[in-house]
Amino acid sequence: MDDFHILLPTLVIFAPTFGAIILALMPRDNVEGLRYTALTITVVTFVLTLMLLGGFDFDDPKMQHEVVAAWIPNWNINYQLGIDGISLPLVLLTSFICLLAMLASWSVTKQVKGYLILFLLLETGMLGVFMATDFFLFYVFWEVMLLPMYFLIGIWGGPRKEYAAIKFFLYTLFGSVLMLIALLMIYYNGGQHFDLVGLAEQAQDPEGGLLVDLTMQKWAFWLLFIGFAIKIPSVPFHTWLPDAHVEAPTPISMILAGVLLKMGGYGILRIAFPLCPEAVGHASTILVAIGVISIIYGAFAAMAQTDFKRLVAYSSISHMGYVVLGMGVVGVVGAAHGEGFIGSDYWAMGINGAMFQMLGHGVSSAGMFFMVGVVYDRVHHRNINEFGGLASRMPLYTGLAAGIFFAGLGLPGLCGFVGEVFVVLSAWQFSKLMAIIAASGVILTAGYILWTLQRVYLGAEYKGPHEEALTPIRPRELIVAGVLLAFAILLGIFPNTMFSIMDDSIQHLANGMAGKIGS
Amino acid sequence: MLANTSIPVFEQLFNELTKTLPGDVFAFLPELVLCGTVIALLLGRLLGTDRWIPGHWTALVGTLIAFGFSFNAALGGIELSSVEATAEISRSELFSGLLINDGMTIFFRLFLLLFLVLVIALTVLSGIPDNEDGPDFYTLLLGATIGMMLMVSANHLLILFLAVEMASVPSYVLVGFLKGRRASSEAALKYVVYGAGAAGVMLYGTSLVAGLLGTAEIDQIAGKLSELTLTGATLRTILLGVMMILVGLAFKLSLVPFHFWCPDAFEGAPAEVGGFLSVASKGAAFALLIRVAGQLAGPAAVPPEIPVPGLEGLAISLAIGLGLVGAASSTFGNLAAYSQTNIKRLLAYSTIAHAGYMLLGVSAMILARHAGDTDLARDCVSGVLFYLTVYLFMNLGAFAIVALVRNQIYSEEIADYKGLAKQAPLLCVAMAVCLFSLVGLPPLGGFVAKFFVLAPVWKAGDIHPAMWLLVGVALLNTVFSLFYYLRILVAMFIDDRPTGQPVAKPDSVDKLYVALVSIPILLLGASPLIGKLSQAAEDAARDLFL
Repeated sequence: MDDFHILLPTLVIFAPTFGAIILALMPRDNVEGLRYTALTITVVTFVLTLMLLGGFDFDDPKMQHEVVAAWIPNWNINYQLGIDGISLPLVLLTSFICLLAMLASWSVTKQVKGYLILFLLLETGMLGVFMATDFFLFYVFWEVMLLPMYFLIGIWGGPRKEYAAIKFFLYTLFGSVLMLIALLMIYYNGGQHFDLVGLAEQAQDPEGGLLVDLTMQKWAFWLLFIGFAIKIPSVPFHTWLPDAHVEAPTPISMILAGVLLKMGGYGILRIAFPLCPEAVGHASTILVAIGVISIIYGAFAAMAQTDFKRLVAYSSISHMGYVVLGMGVVGVVGAAHGEGFIGSDYWAMGINGAMFQMLGHGVSSAGMFFMVGVVYDRVHHRNINEFGGLASRMPLYTGLAAGIFFAGLGLPGLCGFVGEVFVVLSAWQFSKLMAIIAASGVILTAGYILWTLQRVYLGAEYKGPHEEALTPIRPRELIVAGVLLAFAILLGIFPNTMFSIMDDSIQHLANGMAGKIGS
Repeated sequence: MLANTSIPVFEQLFNELTKTLPGDVFAFLPELVLCGTVIALLLGRLLGTDRWIPGHWTALVGTLIAFGFSFNAALGGIELSSVEATAEISRSELFSGLLINDGMTIFFRLFLLLFLVLVIALTVLSGIPDNEDGPDFYTLLLGATIGMMLMVSANHLLILFLAVEMASVPSYVLVGFLKGRRASSEAALKYVVYGAGAAGVMLYGTSLVAGLLGTAEIDQIAGKLSELTLTGATLRTILLGVMMILVGLAFKLSLVPFHFWCPDAFEGAPAEVGGFLSVASKGAAFALLIRVAGQLAGPAAVPPEIPVPGLEGLAISLAIGLGLVGAASSTFGNLAAYSQTNIKRLLAYSTIAHAGYMLLGVSAMILARHAGDTDLARDCVSGVLFYLTVYLFMNLGAFAIVALVRNQIYSEEIADYKGLAKQAPLLCVAMAVCLFSLVGLPPLGGFVAKFFVLAPVWKAGDIHPAMWLLVGVALLNTVFSLFYYLRILVAMFIDDRPTGQPVAKPDSVDKLYVALVSIPILLLGASPLIGKLSQAAEDAARDLFL
């Protein structure tokens, strides 16, 4: 039993790789066999992550399931994994979304073998990012995920796939390079090791510090932040996202929006914040501003779209703005009350909100992309103005889609609501103006989503081509959409399922940083 | 009178020879075996036995024996280090100080011989040269390798020049080996003219340095430099001499602005020769550069509080100068690679860029050495050695795939690679591994290598802030380089194969070879082997700075 628990994180990460190797050895003509094998692998991975949850102590804010093995000893680089309350929900989200995306992958018919292998390698990369606690290892996984993603967009994408794929690749690689510089700074200033837990302790030590020179720390923070903000993506680093999302095949869009964007937010919480606490204090106003601008800009941009998928892509930018806002609140010191420091509890609330927003968005955006994909597979166009009347032709589909879009909108009782409320509440404590602007983003969101629902699903008749192809939803599609909607409702009604996992670790992080910023 | 003094001198010489010669010759065995193989190849040609024993077998067996001897020597080195042997023991001078046998010699010998085995195997698979030309080709190949092995163990300015020439002259012929091809002859001619010019400049440089310092032994340069008063004419002369030597090495490394021969030579030469030159010749030249440059920072034993006049300026300006040349090489190489349509030409520019990255490591080494930080200097050197090892596999892999694909589709134009992934998936995946490794993406060896080179350079930024800038330039270059490497992969994987193009059906032996070369790239990027090689590279660098 003990041995198994030590092995478990490694198993979770490399189960998909193992599956990819099996697939590579299978004949490429047996398409159904390949698909079911890959599906089995994602199911197994999901079950393994559930076992991680099963062995997780909710009251321990520290790393659990820790694995440390020397990898490159003369550089102090370790194969070091661990899970805490911040990473566990995201690990679960990853394996969950991958499972559903794999179910949605039946729509891919070209070079299925290659597609499935790359899909599974991508899953390994993502799980690795969320579980690595060695900075070097984190970086390796962070980049590992790039290669499969490039090919998945580039080979199986839409008409402008090459452009979209290389744009995605270049943006992310540029961000990674910035991160690499910060990594070198941290390595040489922190006693030449990469242990993120140890580095965080060093950085939050009230007596000492990691990057003692504040200028250097600010540099490191901004390099890290830009690297992660490209992934989130925050305005002004967002322009890769609409292209990549639009051109990617549906299951890959689901993963991109559902999981990949969260890696940016996770990176900020795991690396940028704990390792550069003082710089966060100086940067928080800008972070809050970036978050609010992303919310408003993304919402307005979404409103202007006529391409259904592009609209959903811009809505992601807007929703991820809440994540940056919630995190940006950290480090703002009692601005609203003008009486000094008012405690890390509100910071924890902001981070909680940001984390929940990531999870909620992971479910709802994956659902929205899937819903767009369902109708695109039938009529092969995405022009919002050429839809209409789908409700009468595909009633079940329309019902599910409406539920998922409402979750994206942030309707109370669904997953989008909780995160936004937490973020806006914590922002209110520091700047009422920012909170009001952020809250008004919800109205804009409601505007474009309701308008879209009206144009696509309601109306008397369907206005576009391929009218005959509008067949009712298939069982496999029903499963994916139904499960996503169910989780959107579940998270909305019982947000505490997630908060109970996250809360202690987040409080721990906020307290640790308060020791450096508050004084 | 004359007779009286000459007898003791001869006696002394005789005694020394009888005492040290057997040991020296034993340490020199790998080179001697290669020499023997060359003679066997030529004799085979003369006696006609090459019809029964093809040249590649002779060459392969000879190289493997030489590899065995080097490996044995390397094992001896490991045993020594495990019993806490000091650096002085494993480092020994051969032939009264002409050559040096230390960790780096052993490392590079293995590097070159392993590479030679792989190249010979490749030529057997790809069929260049044919049986008729085989002995000539392998004679040249082995001859060049002997020259390179001398380069990596040179400890005397004279040997430096001789070794470089010995490596270069067969290379010229190899580049023009495809007789009757205009491009090939033109490439060879261009290479010869540039090479001869660079060699002349270098010879003049060595004479200036040797004349001024009163010694030609490389490992004594540092000491002699600190004895000089480096001002006025002396400083100018020594600077001129050093720069002229560096010009000769920069030519071998194809660094900007001495790179003009490189794209033409690579385009005209067969891909097999291109692969050989891009790795072996660069590796040997880097070994030599590290040995010479390590001396130019002055003796590390001199603490900074006793400044040697002029030496500081010399060391820092050399370090920054080399760093700028490195940054310029990688930038120019990457920019020029964009517009290439021929894949060998593209790879030629890519080798220029990679030499630039590695040069940053050497420049940081000079700085670290100058500041007396021997550990950092060793890190710099071991980073470069690690990089070269990964570079061996990734560059050879890329050139090998170009050669094998050429045998299938009779073209080396990127446009003709379209849709190849559907016909030869394994070759294309291996190409993707090689090229992504050249970009420097994890989990491939290229990333780890780049990290090991650039991390010490970043650290050297504490000594001189310009190093930070150079790391920034190198990293930006990494991002830019993605474009043109991806062009090849886009053609292979994303584009459809136009109808009427020849069909590629690689043999299973071809696939095996390609897998054999590309699997180490994965292992050196994501397995504990990284630590092993990195440790070996550190051991090799240990003897360099005492």
